[in-house]
Amino acid sequence: MAAPKKGRGASAQSKPGRSLVLILIAIVAMTGGMFLAGHTTPRLGIDLAGGTSITLKAKADQGSAINKANMDTAVDIMNRRVNGLGVSEAEVQTQGDDHIIVNIPKGTNSKEAQQQVGTTAKLYFRPVLASEPSGGAAPKPSPSTSSGASGSPSPAASPSGDQKATSPSGAPSPNATATSQGRAVSDALKADATPSPAGSASAKSSGAPAKPSPTPSANADAAKLQAQYAALDCTKPAERAKVGKAGKPGEPTVACGEIDKVWYKYVLGPAAVDGTEVKNAKAVFDTQGASGWQVQMNFTSSGAKKFADITGELAKNQQPQNEFGIVLDGDVVSSPYVQQAITGGQAEISGRFTQEEAQSLANMLSYGALPLSFQEETVTTVTAALGGEQLKAGLLAGAIGLVLVVIYLVAYYRGLSLVAMASLLVSAILTYVIMSLLGPAIGFALNLPAVCGAIVAIGITADSFIVYFERIRDEIREGRSLRPAVERAWPRARRTILVSDFVSFLAAAVLFIVTVGKVQGFAFTLGLTTVLDVVVVFFFTKPLMTLLARRRFFADGHKWSGLDPRSLGAKPPLRRTRRPSGPTTGPVDPKGA
Amino acid sequence: MSKLGNLGARLHRGEVSYDFIGKRKIWYGVSILITITAILGLAVRGLNMGIDFQGGAVFTTPTKMSASVAQVEKYAHDAAGHEAVVQKLGNGSLRIQIAGLDTAKSDQVKQTLAKDLKLDPERLNADLVGPSWGEQIANKAWQGLAIFMVLVVIYLAIAFEWRMAVAALVALIHDITITVGIYALVGFEVTPGTVIGLLTILGYSLYDTVVVFDSLKEQTKDITKQTRFTYSDIANHSINSTLVRSINTTVVALLPVAGLLFIGGGFLGAGTLNDISLSLFVGLAAGAYSSIFIATPLVADLKEREPAMKALRKRVMAKRAQAAAGEAQGESRSATGEPSDGAAPAVVGPRDQSVTRNRGRGRPSGKRR
Repeated sequence: MAAPKKGRGASAQSKPGRSLVLILIAIVAMTGGMFLAGHTTPRLGIDLAGGTSITLKAKADQGSAINKANMDTAVDIMNRRVNGLGVSEAEVQTQGDDHIIVNIPKGTNSKEAQQQVGTTAKLYFRPVLASEPSGGAAPKPSPSTSSGASGSPSPAASPSGDQKATSPSGAPSPNATATSQGRAVSDALKADATPSPAGSASAKSSGAPAKPSPTPSANADAAKLQAQYAALDCTKPAERAKVGKAGKPGEPTVACGEIDKVWYKYVLGPAAVDGTEVKNAKAVFDTQGASGWQVQMNFTSSGAKKFADITGELAKNQQPQNEFGIVLDGDVVSSPYVQQAITGGQAEISGRFTQEEAQSLANMLSYGALPLSFQEETVTTVTAALGGEQLKAGLLAGAIGLVLVVIYLVAYYRGLSLVAMASLLVSAILTYVIMSLLGPAIGFALNLPAVCGAIVAIGITADSFIVYFERIRDEIREGRSLRPAVERAWPRARRTILVSDFVSFLAAAVLFIVTVGKVQGFAFTLGLTTVLDVVVVFFFTKPLMTLLARRRFFADGHKWSGLDPRSLGAKPPLRRTRRPSGPTTGPVDPKGA
Repeated sequence: MSKLGNLGARLHRGEVSYDFIGKRKIWYGVSILITITAILGLAVRGLNMGIDFQGGAVFTTPTKMSASVAQVEKYAHDAAGHEAVVQKLGNGSLRIQIAGLDTAKSDQVKQTLAKDLKLDPERLNADLVGPSWGEQIANKAWQGLAIFMVLVVIYLAIAFEWRMAVAALVALIHDITITVGIYALVGFEVTPGTVIGLLTILGYSLYDTVVVFDSLKEQTKDITKQTRFTYSDIANHSINSTLVRSINTTVVALLPVAGLLFIGGGFLGAGTLNDISLSLFVGLAAGAYSSIFIATPLVADLKEREPAMKALRKRVMAKRAQAAAGEAQGESRSATGEPSDGAAPAVVGPRDQSVTRNRGRGRPSGKRR
């Protein structure tokens, strides 16, 4: 570390005012922002403020029993869904054999959380064998009138441009544009996974009247499916609920989907790709097309292959059998058509999502489907897990501790303690404001461990000043006057502060990236306080010290300044040269630190 | 100026110093003793895991309860012998969670609780709950810790040197073992707060060690260019010169925690805060102690094995023997803390030798402060 040489003063000392103004502006701006945003207190965790408690009851699904392993997996997945960023301090635990309790701190969007934990998120890509708008008890001969019951326009007249299956531009594969325009009633009904040419040949083009006339099939299942399809009325929620639960991934099924406020019903082939093949998913805003928010998925390599195969097959067919239905928990969320095989392992789901919907769906797909489906049993508020009286006692005790810290600092550092306390105050204000702002921004919630972390942070922050003050005092003991001492002490103190804070920050960063749940929340608090420590020391403590060194009270070493050379035991021979003009500082130390 | 301020000046001048390195064996012994006690406590008593880790029982009372949350907490604690978490639900009923109960025990507690609350046991709904701190959270936390340890050792090895990295790691393990051991001995319930407290300590312990090492590194930079001090001498002076900082920082860090632990836990009865503040208090104290008494002497030990340092020690010893033979006065000064050096110029390393021989030669390393 190069110590400031004789040229000290010019650059180093002209800045302090600016830094101080800068950090004050930052504080005022953030505090203003906090009041403007209306979130003047940090969100408190469930242990401090209570919140909402949701009880979910597991329902046995096809093929997965309600057992401990499945329940534990469900808890893990739910935990990750509600704690997406790890800082929201939600708690998930099993109760009894088949219940899961989810506790969400006050101030969280509990509706959204309810949806996030309750959604099973089973995702399948199924080839569409037939589809038509659903409005009446039975499909009418002409699709243009079939949707009359729900008052929605005919499919031909309602092009839904948001139906797309595209490889994102830039991907190696050719784009497959899609539209639901021309969605026609198909009479092709097959139990087979691959639509046959015969089936697609009978499909009519858009708007053309078409009668559902089943292809002769010996398969009784197909006939049953056909009957189901014919009877299905997707505008009725009860029927939708029933049909959504019935489908097994390995068999063809009927399903409902709402597209542009029109309910469509589908006959879908067996699942070709499922949600477990999704490596990750994210919500993106489609800037080129008009489809708005959509969910972009990356498949695993085997998923990518399967997806390329199925889209390749589908592309050979005609409407609607070149479509595939993206089925989430039994509902068709979108049914884009394919023109070419989509390779590259990426797919998008678009379906008039709002940003929140897209993000929550992406979140759910990334963390996987629940092994069981759940039904909400109760939603109720809960009070804080920590008794209010205890918390008050704790806070009082902490305050007493802080008063002791102040007394100690004043006794030891005298005038310098003002700098220390002002720095601690700035640090505290910044921490408080940032935590308050992060509540609504990323769902940050302050819980008891975080409060304790903040208390320890007092020590780490104060240590930075103490390291610096001790360096300054050492310089004064060498016989330097205050101004050069302040400047010379800084580079060395700075290195110590940076090196040691880096270790803390490393801990915070690694833990934040790797861990989940409360540990992640803690890592966040640690990282925040560490960064703030560095910011405060660089932009507040050091400039303030530089400014104060110009005051006679400190520069002359008043005995209450904490920098009195006599009581510090400065070397007598050099003490007389402690005026800033003293020439001794240069030659004494040609090497620097 | 306060006495401590004077101490600072005298430490700076080297008038007062404690031979940390020379007496390291005593402190190693003390630490090993404490660590063994901690491990024994851990092995014999084990950790009392809270409901978040091992699950337990949950009791839901009917609505319209007359008993207050604090009262129920006391009843539950008396009935089960564990800390209970009592929460009021939106409909007015109470949710009582108690760790470590199985079905049989839970029935027993249910009867007692119902009697305390003057309820028909039938109306007190009991159920077992699983841990909210799932295995996955724990596994990921361990994984994160392991990665962090590896990275921090690499970082310290680059920023300082591998010996310091090893010493810092030993100090870290020392601190964590002691803290966990205290938990086993006191028998406090381990909550997620405890784990967070341990992680905080981990950060603080390393932080404190690094601050002390930084001074050590600075002072030993040009060590081979002089023949007056061995590595241990300089390491010792380094500790002494940062001692005031270490004391101040520890006091400032410990005071709020001590307030929480002794005043909050002791007089005001903030029971739930006890566990976290205890882990922090013990951990912070251990962290500060190990940086000075364990980590730095360990570095000196490792460093003295290095050929260059061995050669240096030989040269220093030869020189001292020569000086002792030639200059009887120098010998008499070698006791530490002679008040007569007060007016001497500041130098790195024990003041004593430098008083007599420093003026001419001491410049290169001597003028750092």
